[in-house]
Amino acid sequence: MKIYGVAFLAACYLIGQVIGKYIGIGLGIGGNVGGVGIAMILLVMSNDRFYKKTSLHVETQAGVLFWSSMYIPVMVAMSSILNVKVALSNGWVAIFSGIIATSCCYLLIPLISKWSQLNLKESTE
Amino acid sequence: MIGVDVLDEVFIKNGLIVAFLTVGLMLFLADWISKIFNKRVPGVAIAILVALVMAYFGGDKGISNHSFFSGMALLGGAMFRDFTIVATAMGANLSELRKTGVPGIISLFIGVTVTFFVGGSIGYAMGYTDAVSFATIGAGACTYIVGPITGAAIGASSDLIAISIAAGVVKTIFVTIITPLVAKKIELDNPCTAMIFGGMIGTTSGVAAGLAATDPKLVPYGALTATFYTGIGVLLCPSVFYLLMVYLL
Repeated sequence: MKIYGVAFLAACYLIGQVIGKYIGIGLGIGGNVGGVGIAMILLVMSNDRFYKKTSLHVETQAGVLFWSSMYIPVMVAMSSILNVKVALSNGWVAIFSGIIATSCCYLLIPLISKWSQLNLKESTE
Repeated sequence: MIGVDVLDEVFIKNGLIVAFLTVGLMLFLADWISKIFNKRVPGVAIAILVALVMAYFGGDKGISNHSFFSGMALLGGAMFRDFTIVATAMGANLSELRKTGVPGIISLFIGVTVTFFVGGSIGYAMGYTDAVSFATIGAGACTYIVGPITGAAIGASSDLIAISIAAGVVKTIFVTIITPLVAKKIELDNPCTAMIFGGMIGTTSGVAAGLAATDPKLVPYGALTATFYTGIGVLLCPSVFYLLMVYLL
């Protein structure tokens, strides 16, 4: 049944949210720290486990895959509710610091990527 | 006019369903436009760009300020965003995640540090020269959540906090638009680079939307590291980084 997949996904999501909240409280910064990431790791690990044992039922998987495919429409909806006007009207400081700082990170990505691939090769050799 | 009243009532009452229809139509049209241009620009990228333009003509909550589109706030809100991002993990490969775990974590720290100091320096160069301003603007350049939390923690004024939120939103929009355009140049075509990308850039919304327009298969890898970015930013900016700036300035 598809709802098993949806319920399973919901369980991973909620567990992640609760743990993320506790990490936030524990670090004394409030909010949710990495809740989504923890939920993703839970889902990947349990999927991996099920897959080795019995392979998650096709219908159950379909329940998760539906929400996974809804992700792009959600991104479009999310873009349509951003406060674009404030972002553009709050002066050049916001625009410059946002864009230049991010551009520096883009420039560093290929370097870190190459460095990590070198390291991976060394550790496997 | 009875006709308009009835339509109004039905559409406003069923906001989420209207949002499904709206987004479906937007993606359909965007795909159609993409085909005219020989798919040189992905349909998703066009749809997101159109959504951003629509948001500009809305209010502080974008298009959802119009009651007709109020459902967009639910469909595009944090709950559905995080739920669907978690669901994308179904397509991720555990051994791939393990392999890139360490570079992913390292890129998180490099990403937050570089963004904070470059963002803050831009503010400094434009006349915001005290430690509180430096830290608030630098934190805002990380994400629009890190900025206001940092600003509130170190006692920044409300206009400074507004600038920091704006810097974060500018970043999200910039990442959404620029990622599919530069993907080839930064070799963003494999899970390893996607995880490093998520850690370096960090804005979950921007990373997820940018990767969606680049290659949906990479989304879980980028999103996984990006979701830890705001947490690390909130941890470092108002504490270690701010104290360092007090010492330096």
